[in-house]
Amino acid sequence: MSDRLRGYTLFASISLLILVVAPLALPAFRLDELAKYLCFAIAALGIGLAWGQGGMLTLGQGVFFGLGGYAMGMYLKLHDAGGDLPDFMVWSGVEKLPALWGPFGNPVVAIGAVIVVPVAIATLLGVLVFRQRVRGAYFAILTQALAAAFVILLVGQQGLTGGTNGLTNFYDVFGRDPEAESTQRGLYFVTAIVLGVLYLGARQLVKSRFGRLLVAVRDGEDRVRFLGYNPATVKTITFAVSAGMAGIAGALFVPVVGIISPSLLGVVPSLELVVAVAVGGRYALAGAILGAVAMNYAKTAFSEEWAGGWLYLQGALFILVMTLAPRGAVGVYQQARDALARRRGDRPPPEPEPAPAVKTPKEVPA
Amino acid sequence: MRKKFFRPLAAALVLPAALLTACGGESGDTAEAGAAGNTIKVGVLHSLSGTMSISEVTVKNSELLAIEEINAKGGVLGKKLEPVVEDGASDWPTFAQKAQKLIKKDKVATVFGGWTSASRKAMLPVFERNKALLWYPVQYEGLESSPYIFYTGATTNQQIVPGLDYLKEKGKKKIYLVGSDYVFPRTANKIIKAYAKANGMQILGEEYTPLGHTEYSTLVNKISDAKPDAVFNTLNGDSNVAFFKQLKSAGFDAAKLPVMSVSIAEEEVKGIGVPNIEGQLVAWNYYQTTSGATNDAFVKAFQAKHKGAVTSDPMEAGYNAVHLWAAAAEKAGSVEVEAVKKAAAGISLDLPEGKVTIDGPTQHVYKTARIGVIGKDGLIKEVWSSKEPIKPDPYLKSYPWASGLS
Repeated sequence: MSDRLRGYTLFASISLLILVVAPLALPAFRLDELAKYLCFAIAALGIGLAWGQGGMLTLGQGVFFGLGGYAMGMYLKLHDAGGDLPDFMVWSGVEKLPALWGPFGNPVVAIGAVIVVPVAIATLLGVLVFRQRVRGAYFAILTQALAAAFVILLVGQQGLTGGTNGLTNFYDVFGRDPEAESTQRGLYFVTAIVLGVLYLGARQLVKSRFGRLLVAVRDGEDRVRFLGYNPATVKTITFAVSAGMAGIAGALFVPVVGIISPSLLGVVPSLELVVAVAVGGRYALAGAILGAVAMNYAKTAFSEEWAGGWLYLQGALFILVMTLAPRGAVGVYQQARDALARRRGDRPPPEPEPAPAVKTPKEVPA
Repeated sequence: MRKKFFRPLAAALVLPAALLTACGGESGDTAEAGAAGNTIKVGVLHSLSGTMSISEVTVKNSELLAIEEINAKGGVLGKKLEPVVEDGASDWPTFAQKAQKLIKKDKVATVFGGWTSASRKAMLPVFERNKALLWYPVQYEGLESSPYIFYTGATTNQQIVPGLDYLKEKGKKKIYLVGSDYVFPRTANKIIKAYAKANGMQILGEEYTPLGHTEYSTLVNKISDAKPDAVFNTLNGDSNVAFFKQLKSAGFDAAKLPVMSVSIAEEEVKGIGVPNIEGQLVAWNYYQTTSGATNDAFVKAFQAKHKGAVTSDPMEAGYNAVHLWAAAAEKAGSVEVEAVKKAAAGISLDLPEGKVTIDGPTQHVYKTARIGVIGKDGLIKEVWSSKEPIKPDPYLKSYPWASGLS
């Protein structure tokens, strides 16, 4: 009972912080940056689900982020052009709107595609790969190769995708000026609420029987198979859900930051997301979110303070966390809490939250 | 029972407080303005990390040199300039966000920054929407003229067109196009093809390779089969190293196959290696060897701060941008954006490349075109120059052959 209460209080207080305190305390442009971190947090949540709970180390989440982002970007671009060709097509020598772009003029189709396209591609990939029992490092390499190939494809098709520039210069985001303060605040709330809803959904998924099965697949795939379940299905569904989350994150990123370009979805940004999840603590969904926000905040803060060498600080932070706390920030919190409870000895250590698989048995005192 | 209830509550209260102190420290400085106090803040936004850093750091250094020079002479409007340096990290969205930060948090009077077209395109909406000013110091593909950007590098009619004129003058009729796969080379080649059509030149091939590509043997074979009179090269960055090495080892030196490059300056020559590229052609508006007392002083001042460094066209354009902005602000009597824009039209300064004048309507500058040959010492020697500074024409409106381009 107390655990549940703790979970609720924590969620409620963080919601309060994000939805009330931050908008009041931060100037609009910092809020816009926080919105960007929250976009990454949505993608990280998907990784937390696939990697932390399901053991699928996906190094190509940028692909799905990009698919969502480009779907949104294409709609905004067509909307701005208002019947004409988008600006970059003009200077790339394209004379007729490519057929692929046609359907994205409709906002419903575009927003649908934000989720459907990443989910469909992840499902297809999952069906092909997981049925062949490709896992571990092989799966990681495969997703990374996918990210690299996707970037080359986007850069090479300048007339279709804007090339290295990507899609930028949006004048009108659903009837509003993207640089106006009120729009930035509005987008922040949308992003925060989407993140909250997806977090609750993911948490519910993890707590459900499906979630237990997923963790079981992570810890002993063969045993699960012997018990009569099909691990490929469980993994495919989870991977597709995480891809859908990345797609949504990408779609929100476009109006928040005002650009989507191949540099956001290649190997490096995909790895950065995984690193953020590792720093936050991959075994808890909240850890993924915390990690994404903290790492991106660190990126902004370090680069503002020390423009010449901030990458070293960022790297050092990662190494430090991984050597001192391999389970990430949430792991440290849990260890500290358990240690405290043990010292007091007044009650048994509480169940970890929110993921049931956070603790290895040896940490639980007999 | 009570204890159990209070502990989560305490956590719930402490956590928000901690997070707030972590990110809430900003709210205080919103009131601060760029020109308030005894200094004027100006933004310097280049890639200090990532692939572009090798080039952009040099431009940052020359801009900081110009700021120092201005401060040594008493600053602008009696106030010292205070540079706020930010890292664009070779990542276009980062450029957009850092531009926002400079405008909204630091409230800078102007920003000097960018190198790649992609970074400029990413920053453009930010500057236009916030009605803030960007000075962009690199030659680019033209077809743009934002009211909130000043372009101190060459547009196409000040670099590419003169480069083609030179090849034509030398009787090079069959041209092969090689470029990196992004906006500048593709747009440049579009212009080159239109020029060739109108001037009786023949384009034998047009090849693009991804940025960072280093395998050029196939491409060198294709060039060897096509037998062009010259190559027009818009490759960028590391790719040039591999391209020129492989071209050289296939037996093509400057005498046998001249290559006209538009993205190779003094800094890049060092990386490619002089023996691989000696005698080849480049088109710019400034070289370290450009004659004149202003340039001698610039080179000397820069080398005094950075031992053994070379000075290149984009560095000089960045240095110019700072001086031109300062002159415009002095003339306007204010650093307010609209006033500076208005005052900037027609401002003319004696800068390292010679006389530089701002063209009001396009916000580009008049520049002298110069064709150079890479010498044994790695420096570039001018072999041809336009008689006088060329009027910028980003949309090539004054060239009949270019009518179908934009």
